[in-house]
Amino acid sequence: MSYTGEGPELHDTAPGEEEHEGVGGYVIGLGLATLLTAVSFFVAGTTLVWQPSIPVALVVLAIAQMGVHLVFFLHITTGPDNTNNVMALAFGVLIVLLVLGGSLWIMARMNANMAPMPPTMHMPR
Amino acid sequence: MSGAHAAADPYRIGHYGGSHQYTAEHAGGGLVSKRIITGYGFWIFLLSDIIMFSAFFAAYAVLVNATADGPSGRDLFDLGNVALETAFLLLSSFTCGIASIGAQRRRRGWFYIAMTVTFLFGLGFVLLEAREFASMNAAGYGPSRSAFLSAFFTLVGCHGLHVSAGLLWLLTMMAQVFAKGFRADILRRILCFSLFWHALDIIWVGLFTVVYLMGAGQ
Repeated sequence: MSYTGEGPELHDTAPGEEEHEGVGGYVIGLGLATLLTAVSFFVAGTTLVWQPSIPVALVVLAIAQMGVHLVFFLHITTGPDNTNNVMALAFGVLIVLLVLGGSLWIMARMNANMAPMPPTMHMPR
Repeated sequence: MSGAHAAADPYRIGHYGGSHQYTAEHAGGGLVSKRIITGYGFWIFLLSDIIMFSAFFAAYAVLVNATADGPSGRDLFDLGNVALETAFLLLSSFTCGIASIGAQRRRRGWFYIAMTVTFLFGLGFVLLEAREFASMNAAGYGPSRSAFLSAFFTLVGCHGLHVSAGLLWLLTMMAQVFAKGFRADILRRILCFSLFWHALDIIWVGLFTVVYLMGAGQ
């Protein structure tokens, strides 16, 4: 059996490309993104919830909105035709987490390990 | 037989040497269109751009409290302005998607109108940000005031420069469609542009959350 190049299992998709491109996906994405943005702005200013939970809620909402953008606007999905795009994304996310987490962790530890300084001995500017 | 093999293994992990017939074809570029390769390469670039932004985000997060007795985010940020910027960028991302559909369907009027709306929303975003920066500078809170403000202007300004470059690219794409029509290479460039524009909106999501909402709510 010779391969004809037409099987769906050999079909790759470019990022940003959808099989049956339509306006509907973008409308759904816009609606979800608007909703998540509105909730973010509401949560940031509210006094209804326990205050220390607000940054956590904001981060969760932001990650959810990034996911909405990736799926509905950039069309990065988990389908088999998207494996390469998802793999590249996963590597990018890994590096982003290392840069952010590593910087914050190391700098917080350095601050904690600094000897207390009187106000007149701040680092020269 | 190769078809059955591929159906059982959609990610084609076990295919190296298993069915060399189409592995060789695939590696030779016979089956993958130029559009997919271009889009994938640009996706890699976008991820590297996002990694660069993550370094600026890390610097901002480390320096956010180093205000040198100057103003903090709570004193400076106007969330109404930020909400308007967010709406502009989100709507421009949406109309950019509409424009890319128009391009794929070879509809010139649809493409031009959606791209023009995208440009206007993007321009509104850049102008609002420029106004914010100018008012902060005029009040004496420029990038040299404190490490916090240096990091703020670097991070937000870098995103603003990306959007400005995207606006120029948008005009270039409209001019190229006008001059050359929906040729395959022009369509590939439109694909890359729309990816770029959507990625800028993703970065803005992180930006308004980390910088503005968390900064103003401290």
